Amino acid sequence: MARTLIHAPTAARKGEVVEIRTLIAHPMETGYRAGADGRTLARDIIRRFSCRYNGEVVFSADLYPAISANPYLAFNVVADASGSLTFTWEGDNGFAQTESASITVS
Amino acid sequence: MRARGTALVLAAWLLGMASAIAQPAPDGKRSGFDTMSPRIQAMQRDDQQNPGMLWVADGEVLWNKIFGITFSCAHCHGDAKKTMRGVAAHYPDWDPVEKKPVDLTQRINLCRTRHQLVLPLPPESEEMLGLEAYVAYQSRGMPLAPSAAKELDAPRERGRQQYEQRIGQLNLSCALCHDKLPGHVLAGATIPQGHVNGYPTYRLEWQGMGSLQRRLRNCLSGVRAEPPPFNSTEMIELELYLAARSAGLPLETPAVRP
Repeated sequence: MARTLIHAPTAARKGEVVEIRTLIAHPMETGYRAGADGRTLARDIIRRFSCRYNGEVVFSADLYPAISANPYLAFNVVADASGSLTFTWEGDNGFAQTESASITVS
Repeated sequence: MRARGTALVLAAWLLGMASAIAQPAPDGKRSGFDTMSPRIQAMQRDDQQNPGMLWVADGEVLWNKIFGITFSCAHCHGDAKKTMRGVAAHYPDWDPVEKKPVDLTQRINLCRTRHQLVLPLPPESEEMLGLEAYVAYQSRGMPLAPSAAKELDAPRERGRQQYEQRIGQLNLSCALCHDKLPGHVLAGATIPQGHVNGYPTYRLEWQGMGSLQRRLRNCLSGVRAEPPPFNSTEMIELELYLAARSAGLPLETPAVRP
């Protein structure tokens, strides 16, 4: 399990635009670099990130080899109902991680 | 009269704000933070954006983890937030048992071998960087206050000599760049004063966390000198001098540097 840091508000007013920030520990090995022995290191990157709000995808992103290690993604979501936000990162070598946060909308 | 009073208060407040932003500079010392671009500064300031916080979070888990059959760091030291406050600011320090100066990584490893009875962590391992970052993080914002132990004077002086000694194929000393030419540009990068107030540091060039010794080895191979091995006497003596040189600057761990 990779370490993640997620910043999402726990409470918001209905219709409010809230910012969500995520950071995940991942090497994002490009597949173009040579290792200490001179051989090319195999690519190992996160390919896709998505955020679901009560099951519905509200934000997603494709990631490519030029994105740095430990990718940080920030985006905005309109808070329209109380519920859960689930964050999914998927990538090479079967990498898959899901984290969640809950939000109360008043 | 009243308007003037308000203006004075406002001026004082603005002055206070300015010094809070630019960091009070004891005897002209400037942290590498001041010479970074505003975007990297913002990255360091915001704990949600600072990738170094990933290591701090890992370190917190390791602090409470039981190693081998013995006990965790927390068994003896309790809550790091209280007991480790200010500790990192006075390292490297004198170890009376080994009778030599030790830095924070060596102190952690001594604790492991003496008390936890487990193998020392290899230099630059993720676990070591995590633990070191977690311990140093507890002193964030506190000024570097090197240990005053008398035994450290001689090794510190040898560190200063190393710092001023020309070395490598390029025949440069640390002092030539970091004392005489800070603020100038070398290969597109601004030369900082070379202070040691943010280690372990997340360096964008490394795409990861690294210790002060890694940074020093980096600089040494840059001048095409042969870098001393990790935890060698030379390294610790240089670290001792650098800590004294940066005394008074606030600790920034986990700092972000380009």
